[in-house]
Amino acid sequence: MTDENAARHRSIEPAVFDCVGIALFGGYSPTSLQYHFPLQPLCPYSGADDVEAVTLSTRATAWGWTVVTAPPPGYAGSVPYGFGVVELIREKLRLVTRLQIVDPSELSFGDPMELTADVVDSDDDGTEVLVWSFAKVSS
Amino acid sequence: MSSVEITGIGMHPFGRFDGVTVTDMGVHAVRTALSDAGNPAFQAAYCGTAYSGVASGHKVLSAIARTGIPIVDVEAGCASGAAALSLGAAAIRSGQYDTVLVFGIEKMPKGIIRSSFFEPWREQAGLAATPSYFALRAQRLMRESGLTKQDLALVCVKNRAHGVHNPYAMFRKAVTVDEVLGSRIVCDPLHLWMLCSPNEGAAAVVLQRSDRPRIALRAAVLCSHLPGSVLGEATPFAGVDDSLITPPSTLAARQAYAEAECGPTDFDLVECQDTDAARELLAWEELEICVKGQQPQRLADGVHQHGGALPINVSGGLLSKGEPLGASALGQVVELVEHLRGNAGLRQVPGARIGLAHTVGRGANASAVIVSRDR
Repeated sequence: MTDENAARHRSIEPAVFDCVGIALFGGYSPTSLQYHFPLQPLCPYSGADDVEAVTLSTRATAWGWTVVTAPPPGYAGSVPYGFGVVELIREKLRLVTRLQIVDPSELSFGDPMELTADVVDSDDDGTEVLVWSFAKVSS
Repeated sequence: MSSVEITGIGMHPFGRFDGVTVTDMGVHAVRTALSDAGNPAFQAAYCGTAYSGVASGHKVLSAIARTGIPIVDVEAGCASGAAALSLGAAAIRSGQYDTVLVFGIEKMPKGIIRSSFFEPWREQAGLAATPSYFALRAQRLMRESGLTKQDLALVCVKNRAHGVHNPYAMFRKAVTVDEVLGSRIVCDPLHLWMLCSPNEGAAAVVLQRSDRPRIALRAAVLCSHLPGSVLGEATPFAGVDDSLITPPSTLAARQAYAEAECGPTDFDLVECQDTDAARELLAWEELEICVKGQQPQRLADGVHQHGGALPINVSGGLLSKGEPLGASALGQVVELVEHLRGNAGLRQVPGARIGLAHTVGRGANASAVIVSRDR
């Protein structure tokens, strides 16, 4: 995404998702040997206070998916939209995410997926609000 | 340690009641339970609720001039009523009180439950749609336990058939597999009729210390989740391989089985969390009623329908009753007591002596309650 485009977009939560570089920010604890997301001060699996900030990898496999057909509370974006869990290949971390599908039959368990972004809303000045999403990698 | 007896039960029906406040419903359930128990004095009251607001239990007891005692409101998501029950039972067992009142109340808006649990930006992102998490869990259960949509529909058919005979249920019409699968898809694989309706209602029980209880509260256990699972009711943003992480329902059930010195093969009936049809089938595994993958055969054999070896959700479950969060766990306990007393009408499980009630919800928190007829 170019800087010009970036000026008309913003991340829904910059501490969690970089919508310009398309990256998710997580944490890793050397004592618990576990990754987590989003980045937290303490390891959510062990309470360890040695968390290192990390940029998570972007390649994953499809682990769970559905399509949301009615807008849930607090959501002003379009429906239907894909929703599910992917498993990051490198970190073995399962992430809740939007998915670039409109029909559940588009995915199978283990399909290769890649991080991208979705527009979910816009501010009063027209700035589009972006959130992370995963799309199936075309073969 | 003293035994805890359930001496009174009361219910306000679960459903939609325009013009009836949550306080009104609580008053109805509490007065019914107190009357059933012979109007005893009670030294404390515990009120389970998630959406009723500040001091909602106080409002109920103020309305019937029964204040001047500790009144504690308890929130534990879908297990709120069981959490209140757990506190009340512990207070009696410890010798702190002789008699306590436990009740649960709720009046929820229609549609998908909105929860302050989720950050506003998570809602804005479309990542706070509760039924979509249920759908992912259902899909996983189908994949790992060999279930089909037909199996999910059969749970609805079973519970809705049970609910026909429950005067406290919201939906009292039997349904067919074709009708369930013909209802609109909310989040694949879940159709609308596979999801319970958040609604309104109240339930109450009176607990008293007894050396020789007729209806004994043998265990009332609440347990939260262990970290790690991405699809548990804790609904984190991420998780790890959870194959070795014991779910909260199993933790609560095992502790309750140990306290009551019994297990799944001892029960005459079970009420379990059927927020959606798949949730009930997962509960069968988590409560160790069956092992992974046995559900389709058990559904086909009618093991868990009324008249089967172990009827589950003979009240109609949440799929028939709807789910007023704070009241639902105590509604299950009231159902068990009706059967143990032999007062459940056409729902009656003949000769019922011991039953299990289970809830699990946001937090995550799970509960397991065991009630028996001891004389």
